[in-house]
Amino acid sequence: MSKAHNSVPDHAEAAAKFLQDQERANWHDKALWFNRQKRDVSANLIPDWELLRETASQIKDNVLANLDEYLVQFEQNALQNGIHVHWAADAAEHNEIVLQIIQEHGVGKLVKSKSMLTEECHLNEFLATQGIDIIDTDLGERIVQLAKEPPSHIVLPSIHKRKEEVGELFHQHLGTEKGASDPAYLTEAARVHLREKFLTADIAITGVNFAIAETGGFVVCTNEGNADMGVHLAKVHIACMGIEKIIPKAEHLGVFLRLLARSATGQPITTYSSHFHRPRAGQEMHLVLVDNGRSAHLGRKDFYNSLKCIRCGACINTCPVYRRSGGHSYHYAISGPIGAILAPNRDMREYADLPFASTLCGSCSNVCPVKIDIHNQLYQWRQVLAAEDYVPKTKKDGIQVMAKVLSSPTLYRVAGKSGRLMMRLLPGLANNKALNPWARQREMPQPPKETFRDWYKKNRPKDE
Amino acid sequence: MSSREKILQQVKANKPPMSPLPTQTTFASIPPEERLTAFIKSNENAGGIVCLVPDVAIIGNYLKVNFTSPERILNTVQGVGFGLEADAPITDGRAFGNLEIAVVESLLGVAENGAAWVTEDNLPTRVLPFICEHLALVIHADNIVGTMHEAYAALNVAATGYGTFIAGPSRTADIEQSLVIGAHGPKRMHVFIVQPF
Ligand code: SF4
Repeated sequence: MSKAHNSVPDHAEAAAKFLQDQERANWHDKALWFNRQKRDVSANLIPDWELLRETASQIKDNVLANLDEYLVQFEQNALQNGIHVHWAADAAEHNEIVLQIIQEHGVGKLVKSKSMLTEECHLNEFLATQGIDIIDTDLGERIVQLAKEPPSHIVLPSIHKRKEEVGELFHQHLGTEKGASDPAYLTEAARVHLREKFLTADIAITGVNFAIAETGGFVVCTNEGNADMGVHLAKVHIACMGIEKIIPKAEHLGVFLRLLARSATGQPITTYSSHFHRPRAGQEMHLVLVDNGRSAHLGRKDFYNSLKCIRCGACINTCPVYRRSGGHSYHYAISGPIGAILAPNRDMREYADLPFASTLCGSCSNVCPVKIDIHNQLYQWRQVLAAEDYVPKTKKDGIQVMAKVLSSPTLYRVAGKSGRLMMRLLPGLANNKALNPWARQREMPQPPKETFRDWYKKNRPKDE
Repeated sequence: MSSREKILQQVKANKPPMSPLPTQTTFASIPPEERLTAFIKSNENAGGIVCLVPDVAIIGNYLKVNFTSPERILNTVQGVGFGLEADAPITDGRAFGNLEIAVVESLLGVAENGAAWVTEDNLPTRVLPFICEHLALVIHADNIVGTMHEAYAALNVAATGYGTFIAGPSRTADIEQSLVIGAHGPKRMHVFIVQPF
């Protein structure tokens, strides 16, 4: 019996559902590809782009190799700066720490800017069980919060929503005109609605993009200005971060801030890159360092370098599978290629389907600003999941045949030949949507009459 | 064992082999004579309105012509001469809920992306450049560097409790990827670059 998990719809099923709405799927595909193109234009303007990526990758390698020391150094400096530092071994402890700080301040009103970590820890849901409401202030996050959905993208949380749906949500919750869907009008309505929340908030929660070991401060990047509006008005600032967000020195921010927004949306920098080193007079500043599986992940030789991720979303925008399946089909807080290599580390059974949600085309690894070998890890996870028996049977049979074929050059050639022959003689079989799951959303290509190898044998220069 | 010790212990046990920090630390920059033009272009791309002025007093005149009511303008830059002045730190930023314009000094600009560094040392309260409808930054042309690397080499970010790079008015594209200027922060931004003629 396979240990494969069947309670949530797996990626393939959810993707099939997403694709039923062709118009939406096409729009989604194009919107994300547009971001990828903006990234390319922006990257091409930097002569040192590849050097920057290599440098960022090396800095992050160094961080992971010395993480314990950098954490201690960061803590020491942050404490000296007057920041309260907390350590959480897992999501539950993180949520408890945040709850306790909130309760110490008599609960009050809470606002939160974007933080994938609090998504990962399901902080909002936890606080709701304690009767505490929290308002997400990033526009995209507010949209999905009103829709009672999780974000579908780490940078563009509501990319799966059409403007008419946002219009309807805002009509119900914010009283905008029925049928209105103009983005400028809806954004203005959200601005007015959230401004009142900022002006009355007692506690503001943020994520952290980078924390600097050398100085004990941290950086939060937004375009909307919502993190700053929240924390500068509230009496308490709680910043939550995964332990891998540390960088050694302030000068390294030069490297990361040049890469982050260009990779994410093609902007040369986010509108706001705010550096927090000390609370303002009369304010209390807390920082929660969260492990939640990261220290275990660090010990997986083939997978630890996914902890270098700076959450830019470039691998997601470029992924042909993500673009045509939507973020919710990944059923994990972080979607797309990076989510598919992080999630199985958390729970192999629950997320065994995700490393298969890829064509292994390698586009993700090509755009990653910190040079994570994402597609290799997707491939490696498949091996691990199959070996540990977490893989659905149809996929497993395929993998075993493939492993055998790929390990034997003769079999590989024979298989290639018979595959091509079969596709020419019986195209219906490869195209058969019942027998070949790969063909379900696709027309199979015309097979070439001969392979490159056959052609080369015939045509190579005679003197070789 | 506390969570802190548990985490540090497990990180130590599992951390990958030593990997040195990169040694190459110089990157291509924008030549000094092109920085001003590059800064203007980047800032305009980010939605800013850039004006070159020969001295700070001209900014006051400009504001007087374009905005009639000085009581909705907060000026924190010496010599501008128009709008209310904040002479003491303000503890509760909510006081500025209705502010139209804030005039704020930036001590450093970055040509490659149009960002301007603003710290709390130049602000009566941290929220000021976010809560106003319209932000007017004042920066001296000599203080524009080429890239973010040069910016960090010139700054000590820990010298101030709070500092931020601001590149344009606030923005969002969260509804169908349509860019809307004016999310939660300012809806408009001017950058006055002071360059004696
Ligand atoms: S894996 Fe790389 S490309 Fe993907 S979000 Fe992380 S840093 Fe960006």
